[in-house]
Amino acid sequence: MTIALRSDAPVRAKTVSRRAIVAIALPFLTLAVSAAPALATTIERVVSPGGIEAWLVREPAIPLIAVDFSFTGGSVQDPAGKAGTADLVASLLDDGVGDFDSKTFHDRLERKAIELNFSADRESLHGSLRTLTENRDEAFEDLRLGLNAPRFDAADVELNRAQILSGLRRATTSPSDIANRRWWETAFAGHPYGRPVTGTLESVPAITIDDLKTYVKRVLARGNLKVAIVGDIDAETAKTMLDRVFGGLPAQPDLIPIEAASPQGLGNRIVVNLDVPQAVVEFGGAGIARKDPDFMAAYIVNHILGGGSFSSRLYQEVREKRGLAYSVYDSLLWLDHSALFLGATATRDDRASETLDIVQKEIHRLATDGPTAEELAKAKSYLNSSFALNLDTSSKVAALLVQLQRDDLGMDYISRRQGMIDAVTIDDAKRVAKRLLAGGLLVTVVGKPEGLASTAGTAH
Amino acid sequence: MLMLVLTGGVACAAPASAEPDVTDFTLPNGLEVVVIPDHRAPVVTHMIWYKVGGADETAGKSGIAHFLEHLMFKGTEKNPGDAFSADVAEIGGQENAFTASDYTGFYQRVPREHLKEMMALEADRMTDLVLTDDVVRPELNVVLEEQNMRVANNPAARLGEQTDAALYLNHPYGRPVIGWRHEIEQLTRDDALTFYRRFYTPNNAVVIVAGDVAADEVKADAEATYGKVAVRAEIAPRNRPKEPVQEAPRTVTLADSRVEQPTVTRDYLVPSETTAKPGESEALDVLAHVIGSGPNSRMYRTLVVDKAIALNAGAYYSGTALDYGKFGVYGAPKPGVTLHQVEDGIDAVLGDVIAHGITADELGRAKTRLIADAVYAQDNQATLARWYGAAIACGQTVAMVRAWPDQIRAVTADAVQDAARQWLDRRRSVTGYLVKSLQSEEKHS
Repeated sequence: MTIALRSDAPVRAKTVSRRAIVAIALPFLTLAVSAAPALATTIERVVSPGGIEAWLVREPAIPLIAVDFSFTGGSVQDPAGKAGTADLVASLLDDGVGDFDSKTFHDRLERKAIELNFSADRESLHGSLRTLTENRDEAFEDLRLGLNAPRFDAADVELNRAQILSGLRRATTSPSDIANRRWWETAFAGHPYGRPVTGTLESVPAITIDDLKTYVKRVLARGNLKVAIVGDIDAETAKTMLDRVFGGLPAQPDLIPIEAASPQGLGNRIVVNLDVPQAVVEFGGAGIARKDPDFMAAYIVNHILGGGSFSSRLYQEVREKRGLAYSVYDSLLWLDHSALFLGATATRDDRASETLDIVQKEIHRLATDGPTAEELAKAKSYLNSSFALNLDTSSKVAALLVQLQRDDLGMDYISRRQGMIDAVTIDDAKRVAKRLLAGGLLVTVVGKPEGLASTAGTAH
Repeated sequence: MLMLVLTGGVACAAPASAEPDVTDFTLPNGLEVVVIPDHRAPVVTHMIWYKVGGADETAGKSGIAHFLEHLMFKGTEKNPGDAFSADVAEIGGQENAFTASDYTGFYQRVPREHLKEMMALEADRMTDLVLTDDVVRPELNVVLEEQNMRVANNPAARLGEQTDAALYLNHPYGRPVIGWRHEIEQLTRDDALTFYRRFYTPNNAVVIVAGDVAADEVKADAEATYGKVAVRAEIAPRNRPKEPVQEAPRTVTLADSRVEQPTVTRDYLVPSETTAKPGESEALDVLAHVIGSGPNSRMYRTLVVDKAIALNAGAYYSGTALDYGKFGVYGAPKPGVTLHQVEDGIDAVLGDVIAHGITADELGRAKTRLIADAVYAQDNQATLARWYGAAIACGQTVAMVRAWPDQIRAVTADAVQDAARQWLDRRRSVTGYLVKSLQSEEKHS
């Protein structure tokens, strides 16, 4: 239930990335197996002569092509003291490239309405391309240049750095940004996951052009690449494109090993004072790994607790019954080297304590008693039926196919998924609810929450 | 639950080449239905748009249109409580709703076989909503938290409210759609029901169905569901108070210690797609694109790249509205540069376009990009549904939406310069400054 404001956001400068949270929604929206000629029923695995693999969905109904790809190794690969390197790299890959300076390249992209975007999250450097079919050759060339020949001209680097620093300064007074940063830096103190993707006011000025070039050499390789192509393109053309765009990259990346990590500080609460009328609360704990046999049960339990419909327990208890918040949710989040559940809400300062209390009680209640058989049945029904909604645009399908590859689920995951959901019994759900939710929460609160203080040892 | 629909920022456009075969019909009770086929995935987007929004509220009751939108989820006699939402969740659907100055919309995205069920539920709550104080009171608190989240906690949004209030001297677009907080706090169940009975009736709505459906089956389903809803109110023409001649440029300054990036914005009062002369709103689309859309625009190249005084700068035309459109420009200074230096830079860019117009090359580039947007939009049934719905709710027709790419093709460089000359007039504008403190801003100016 939203509102349309008449004023546009005047500044579109960089903001702190919360993409990790968004990305997790994808893998669970499986493809239509039984459905009619839908966008995603005909996935082809194509391998180029040069050995580059991609998942392809041919859909000629609309004259456009969407390409999505990801290189494993996002901000966790930032050099020590240089947090924000991956993010700065991503912001510069569509600036000057090859023989084109930044202005010339943006002009070239606009003339053909080619959309080329790069971004970094904790674990990957991600890109997407969208073009009209008639401009595909030029679009593929632009993408090739972005990946193989970024210039990192000093003026472009300084502009992008200044834009990122502006975003970081704004984040210092944004309650949701502060709550999120404090959560991660506490849960993963000393681990690369604890560093903000966009870096800090101290680290971003320290990044040199050499750091950017070194990052590109280390991380952009064929061996850690996943690609999906969707739209008005056939397999042969796709193969040619794969070799041309990605064939010049090194075979293997040179990645810093990342150690497995569990979130720390569970049971603690950190309160940061900020003069705002509404306090932002972020809460989370240890999750369950993507490859764990209990994962699907955990996904169902999370959906019942705070997943994406108006029926979740948190939505009902916090919003519907008491009117304490506009937004309350929680998500499962899986990383290559850790797993979490993470949620958030925002409520007036004088009722923040009550709201947090309800969230904790609901988590405790679900951990202790598990879901009801009816809740389980409804959640399964939702999760089985909702997949098709996420397959109705080329870009969504492409993003999904990259995520499935990143999670190493196999092309048959699509046909296996419903069976995996249906196989979760009420006993599984109860057992996994306890496993997922009884481990304690790390909570960050930003605002002027009445009656809430940091727990001992966490004051800051 | 977090989708924010902006009435501007992107040009309202329609499909270009290979456009879908859009069907449009009206039921005997006055409900208009538009069908947009898209057979690529077995899903359907079902939306109902009521031609009522914040600008139709009675003075003193600001926020009632939006509050009622929330209360529409509270159940009916036939489908009590959250039965509707529970049904949507069980079938794996998504749903939400939104309110703007000129319209209020509700939608569900569901597997296609559930379309008729959604129509029946939506038809049921068109006139049979049941509200008790037990559900109204907590929901008012939800709306107040929404206001906290969107506005009170956000200095830029607070400046936006003040800017709109200054831009519209007489028209109700000057009121925030979410309402002024002191008026939201006083809204009651009776206010909501009065508004509901006055505006929620089939002859004041348009249904958009986009997805894997055929027009004839949608028509049969619509007749069997919406067709049974009796007209319950006659709808008066939407004659809102018009703006007087605007003679004085206005400025507003919002200071908040949390502001870490000052910005300057300027909004001009301009025609909407509905009120513009033929070709005029499309000329404004092209003008906004050339001046301020993306890194290849004049504003960005001049202020951010060449002069290097700003971290961001741009422009937009927000034209989908019943009475007035808005042309906005904005800039964010680099550290050490004042807002007034950036504003001077913006004025120089605007002055140059007014004096010399745009080049043939710029015109061609802008057309390519705007028309491509219409093709890209075909890839997203929900986007198409929203374009048609918003345009029709603002007084346009299906034919007008479909003609948009051709209208863009017909824009001349002269028309763009004329639009700049006529509408980029400071006397019809408000300039907004977002600053950390009033004192620091004075020192810089």
